[in-house]
Amino acid sequence: MRAIVTVVGKDRVGIIAGICGVLAGLNVNVLDISQTILQEVFVMNMLVDIKEANVSFAAIVEALEREGERLGMSVRIQLEEIFNAMHKI
Amino acid sequence: MSLINQHEIIETLEMIDKQHLDIRTITMGISLRSSAHPNAEAAAKRVYDTICSRAERLVAVGEEIERELGIPIVNKRISVTPIAEVAAASETEDYTVFARAMERAAAQCGVNFIGGFSALVHKGFTDADRRLINSIPAALCETERVCSSVNIGSTRSGINMDAVSLMGRIIKETARLSAKEHGLACAKLVVFANAVEDNPFMAGAFHGAGEPECVINVGVSGPGVVHWALQSVRGEPFDVVAETVKRTAFKITRVGQLIARETSSRLGVPFGIVDLSLAPTPAVGDSVARILEEMGLEVCGTHGTTAALALLNDAVKKGGVMASSHVGGLSGAFIPVSEDEGMIAAAASGALTLDKLEAMTCVCSVGLDMIAVPGDTSAETIAAIIADEAAIGVVNNKTTAVRIIPAEGKRVGEEVEIGGLFGSAPVMPVHEGSSADFINRGGRIPAPLGSLRN
Repeated sequence: MRAIVTVVGKDRVGIIAGICGVLAGLNVNVLDISQTILQEVFVMNMLVDIKEANVSFAAIVEALEREGERLGMSVRIQLEEIFNAMHKI
Repeated sequence: MSLINQHEIIETLEMIDKQHLDIRTITMGISLRSSAHPNAEAAAKRVYDTICSRAERLVAVGEEIERELGIPIVNKRISVTPIAEVAAASETEDYTVFARAMERAAAQCGVNFIGGFSALVHKGFTDADRRLINSIPAALCETERVCSSVNIGSTRSGINMDAVSLMGRIIKETARLSAKEHGLACAKLVVFANAVEDNPFMAGAFHGAGEPECVINVGVSGPGVVHWALQSVRGEPFDVVAETVKRTAFKITRVGQLIARETSSRLGVPFGIVDLSLAPTPAVGDSVARILEEMGLEVCGTHGTTAALALLNDAVKKGGVMASSHVGGLSGAFIPVSEDEGMIAAAASGALTLDKLEAMTCVCSVGLDMIAVPGDTSAETIAAIIADEAAIGVVNNKTTAVRIIPAEGKRVGEEVEIGGLFGSAPVMPVHEGSSADFINRGGRIPAPLGSLRN
């Protein structure tokens, strides 16, 4: 089962490290990362595999939101299906 | 090659965050036909038990999917077999006992509306239909979540004018009983022609005769997304406008299909349809009227509005139909006045009149919706408004409806605050000329020639 993590906010040191640290702790594997600065806003999308995660989806959401708060960034995770449904036939 | 298309992800997130994209409703249709019992209390208990056991996990599963896919699912709702058909076996005149059972079941399951306090009388009344209709005013005023609908005409059978006349009086009585709440109860009552059996949207949802025991229907929305998309094609010809709407409707409906499939599989309940309606809310940026204005109209209701709506309604269907395995319900663009920020503004400025709205209902997905008229409007005038609307539906082979609020003690130009999702509506003028003799004739308007299709 794959999901997309989206991180948006003001650029700073340690964003990727922080998010990846949380994911590693939950046994969530990072498959790909794409990052840009969009109108001076840091935008990062990560494709992750949550099949082997050691906690529930709700707990992953919570852990990422907590890390987002610490970093001062908006962090969310959504199953990949919603993007595929909308953009792929 | 990157596995991530950032552009697509950002587009989806912007639709959700900035353009009000949401799943408007997951509606579980439940058959209550096995709940009939000669004793009304026993039947009502069966109604309660059946709804609660079927819909026990509906809200929890809806919230789980909402969290995992990151898209708001605004409402979880229930529709049931028209209660007149369930209650017919019970020896009672007063059907409010069934409305109260529906209310308790809805509260227990955590849904905000339950539809199906309904009767289908397009050709004539059974005794149970009459009892149900006479119970509507009390039923809607005693409950919060119960919605009611009555089908008074169809292309196959014509228009039951006795029912039209009766509904004029029922709407007046409902308004009188809920005067303290500004006629809120009337917002939960729809009078249909050509009602559909699988509509997931309230207040007109019921679980039709051809439906299975239990079914999941999903209503998607997204006026804001369409409005946003059209802003990028300003000044382009209508071919481009139609293409843009189609493309947007396709994306919206694909999300609806995904939600429907997930809900159906997690609940173990068959998937029925996706209803791809543009359903506005009073929030700024979630208006159908503003889409029409974006096409080049100074204000919704001016000349050109009907053509703009016709294009929109058709393009929404064309875009959506390929995105879902089963499209149904009402599918198109809703034009409820009080629930649409742009419609409210247009009606308040006098640009949008009842007559123009009636013309718009020839090409929109339903009918005269959430319209406030002066409190002293007669029952016959309301019935005549229903008759006009039914005639449009019956002759043109489409669903039409009337959801109208006679605002007690209010005059033209004043505003009625219905509250919550129902928004607020400016009181609109009706024609002065009497329709009483027309309505008092009764009988049936025969089915149009178009009904003879075999």
